[in-house]
Amino acid sequence: MMNCQKITRLVSEAQDRPLTLGEKLSLRTHLMMCSGCRNYEKNLPSLRLMMKSFAKGSDVQNTDPSKPSKSDSHPKTSDK
Amino acid sequence: MKKQAVSLPETSLNDGIFIEDLRSQMVKFASMQLGDIHLAEDTVQEALAGALTNADHFAGRSALKTWVFAILKNKIADALRHKKRLVNVSSLIGDDDENDDFAEHLFNQRRHWQLDERPTSWGDPEASFRQQQFWIVFEACLDGLPDKQARVFMMREFIELDTDEICEATGITASNLFVLLHRARLRLQVCLGNKWYSNGERS
Repeated sequence: MMNCQKITRLVSEAQDRPLTLGEKLSLRTHLMMCSGCRNYEKNLPSLRLMMKSFAKGSDVQNTDPSKPSKSDSHPKTSDK
Repeated sequence: MKKQAVSLPETSLNDGIFIEDLRSQMVKFASMQLGDIHLAEDTVQEALAGALTNADHFAGRSALKTWVFAILKNKIADALRHKKRLVNVSSLIGDDDENDDFAEHLFNQRRHWQLDERPTSWGDPEASFRQQQFWIVFEACLDGLPDKQARVFMMREFIELDTDEICEATGITASNLFVLLHRARLRLQVCLGNKWYSNGERS
């Protein structure tokens, strides 16, 4: 059986690449028996959500992420 | 450095100290991501110039900060995508992350969770997003990441590059990247668990 340290790594890699069938099986089996890793797996997508929210500043009401950056119409002043 | 001479509405943009402080935070972030201080400064300058033209949309400082960082994020993504191997490889593969012994106190000898480190459920995490205090804790946890972990984690989750793009920009292997991302996520989850979601029970 895989240990918790390896399982947390698999849980992380599942966010970056498709797991193999064998990996998925090991993961599922472990999660059935381990509440710590189960919580870890459940919490990890929240971390991604937090980063998205953090980047967009959803805690701030008046930002409008749909508004495109106007900076392209303002060529950088090369004043060096 | 030339300052924009447009007349600004009554916002924090009139505050030179605030802007200078914001600028230096941006340069710090951009140079961490790009590994090139000059390119970082140019990128920040562009992002700020873009933000200043839209200044009247912002009621407060945190809104403005979020906005300029969103612009900066896109500019960094462009720079990273267009310039291959931008980040110095040796600056990414170093010893401090290799010898990351953070996991040592989380897991026992059989590599299972220590009883008092076992993750607990966060319940409905989005409820906390509305609390200003949560974001302060969140930023503190991000700041606590070792440099290399922070760099690739921010590339992945903030700039939102895919893993191939990160490998290409940094020259590290996919398996190196996975290890660094895993360590960053583990640290962040433990940090948030201890500082926010535990109500101090386990600290």
